[in-house]
Amino acid sequence: MTGPLPAVDPLARLALFARLLRDCGLRTTPRRLTDAALALECIDMRLRSDVRAVLGGVFVSRREELAVFDAAFDVFFASPDPRRTAGAIPRRTRGLPLDPRAAAFWKDALGMPASQLPRVEDESTPVQSSGYSAQELLRRRDFSEMSWEEEQQIRRLLRQAPWRVAQRRTRRLEPARRGALNMRRTLRRAAREGGEPLRLARSRPRRHRRPLVLICDVSGSMDRVSRQLLAFAHAVGRRERVETFVFSTRLTRVTHLLRRRDIDEALAQTARQVHDIGGGTRIGEALWRFNRDHARRVLGHGAVVLVLSDGWDRGDVDLLTGEMARLHRLSHRLIWLNPLLGSASYSPQTRGMAAALPHVDDFLAAHNLEALDELGRRLAALPERRRRVEPGSAVSGADAGRAGA
Amino acid sequence: MGHTAGVTAAPPTPPGPPAGIDELIERLGAAGYLCDRRLATVIFVALRIGKPLFLEGEAGVGKTEAALAMAGVLGARLIRLQCYEGIDLAHAAYEWNYARQLLHIRLLGEADTGARARAERDLFSEEFLLRRPLLDAIDNRDEVAPVLLIDEIDRSDEEFEAFLLEVLNDFTISIPELGTVRARRRPLVVVTGNRTREVHDALKRRCLYHWIDYPDLEREVAIVRVRAPEVGERLARQVTGVVQELRGMDLYKLPGVAETVDWARAVAVLAEDGSNADATLLDATMGAALKYQEDLDRVRAALPDLVSARPPTP
Repeated sequence: MTGPLPAVDPLARLALFARLLRDCGLRTTPRRLTDAALALECIDMRLRSDVRAVLGGVFVSRREELAVFDAAFDVFFASPDPRRTAGAIPRRTRGLPLDPRAAAFWKDALGMPASQLPRVEDESTPVQSSGYSAQELLRRRDFSEMSWEEEQQIRRLLRQAPWRVAQRRTRRLEPARRGALNMRRTLRRAAREGGEPLRLARSRPRRHRRPLVLICDVSGSMDRVSRQLLAFAHAVGRRERVETFVFSTRLTRVTHLLRRRDIDEALAQTARQVHDIGGGTRIGEALWRFNRDHARRVLGHGAVVLVLSDGWDRGDVDLLTGEMARLHRLSHRLIWLNPLLGSASYSPQTRGMAAALPHVDDFLAAHNLEALDELGRRLAALPERRRRVEPGSAVSGADAGRAGA
Repeated sequence: MGHTAGVTAAPPTPPGPPAGIDELIERLGAAGYLCDRRLATVIFVALRIGKPLFLEGEAGVGKTEAALAMAGVLGARLIRLQCYEGIDLAHAAYEWNYARQLLHIRLLGEADTGARARAERDLFSEEFLLRRPLLDAIDNRDEVAPVLLIDEIDRSDEEFEAFLLEVLNDFTISIPELGTVRARRRPLVVVTGNRTREVHDALKRRCLYHWIDYPDLEREVAIVRVRAPEVGERLARQVTGVVQELRGMDLYKLPGVAETVDWARAVAVLAEDGSNADATLLDATMGAALKYQEDLDRVRAALPDLVSARPPTP
């Protein structure tokens, strides 16, 4: 074989390339595939750089994806190189973010010896549960360590909580007594009633409540607090739209588990299904997972994101910084809850916390009921407008600091 | 009906679409826009398959200029929609001319019922429609399809994005009173953004995406020479070299290409023989490139090193 793949039907080849991209985490819809085919028609396909530019234009939709795309392109469309068969392999430094199963598949599909496949692990693109899962502390912790009194207090508070999540304006208008003059309706009425606009029709934007997304650290250092916050999520979920995720070494969506009416059952269910409760913490990887797999779906409609963690991170700090920046751009407001903020002597010195802070809109405590109440008030009073992030600046508004501590 | 958008006069004979990527690069160059092949390829394909173009990049890398240059190359009218927080349908697509409608009703006065019913129908006809950039671009009657620049989409709200999605999906706008307006000639749509927030994937999926990076030294020097012909080669190289170093520093606001051009111009005015920039001159004119006090302080401290580290190449 001269090339990495036999030169079969170009469309089939394109589809296979799209599959490689999908395995690397890019979006490859049928529509994009059609676009790619159409686009390739317009150019001279013998020019590799042009093919790269065209396919990049179609399949890449974020700057971060560009490196992955280029690496995948290099691997897939590697030109038949006589030196390669002789064993001299051009060194590739960038890896593809494939999980081990997919990597094995591509090794076969591309007809390469293992040494020619790029390294699977890469610091900027972590692999799902690879390596670390062996060290994962698979302890199943019972949530019920909190005193009965505390539990009752939480429930009473949350049931009676006087706040609702702030609303956002939608594009559609609805008739209203007060609001902007609706000239369309006013005039139509006027025309019907003889040309005199006697009654003014008014309308205002329809409003919807913002969805809440809770990303909750359930690692060893956090389990007592996270139980409170899950109870909080459970109670709030009865009246608001809440999506809940938990993580310690990996991320699990638990929204459906918390939907049970009875909070004890819901929490027990969560403890049963989430296997790494009480393990170590890899915030960066959890957020990467969230951004990659869930953000698109759950972060629409001006969502407010709550991250609960003490910032004790055992993972990669650069990754955490990048993913926090991305999460910040994706959410209407990003609130970090840190139970340690409750103690007066605390300052956010841990590597993870320091990395995350510049990308946080509010930094609040979450160590007791009072703190949760303060959080509720915050959520109810969210401004309509997003806090502006200075483009290109490394520093954004975390100077708000320890509000509400 | 008056166009509300910025309009550039089209030359009498439109030059026609480029036949290939090389021709496009050449013609963009002739229009004063020097771009790399990757960008040109994406533009070329967008033009061919009729897809919107989504250009992202830091401020000042020439996203907007790309659209302006394309309008020049195609001999097309440029229709510009500047996005901002709170932009809505009335500003972006169309609005009814209420004042004229009111007048129309008044003039009707005591007409009989039949005439009034007709008038009510007339009231929401094209005659009373104010066309904003989007409708203008979709419902164009141009010889050459116009270029629609949707600038800084990330400044608008998500709601507006959703609306834009509808428009870019099939190049139609529906006006409840009139029906659906369909594009006869699809405009070349260029959407720009500099990532103050993430634009929704659904919108990006409708577009060809390209991330514009800062140009490399050679290209940026060439750009400076094209934009500011009065600046000598040597001086352009010196200033550009320093700017490229600055982009590696941890600054609040990195200088864009426009800042490089401004800075080179400023230095050229002050330089005695107009050909050499030393640290003192650069220091005096630094405000052309850096706009934050903190950045100025930082760079001022590092400037002697930056200049000496880069011996001028004539």
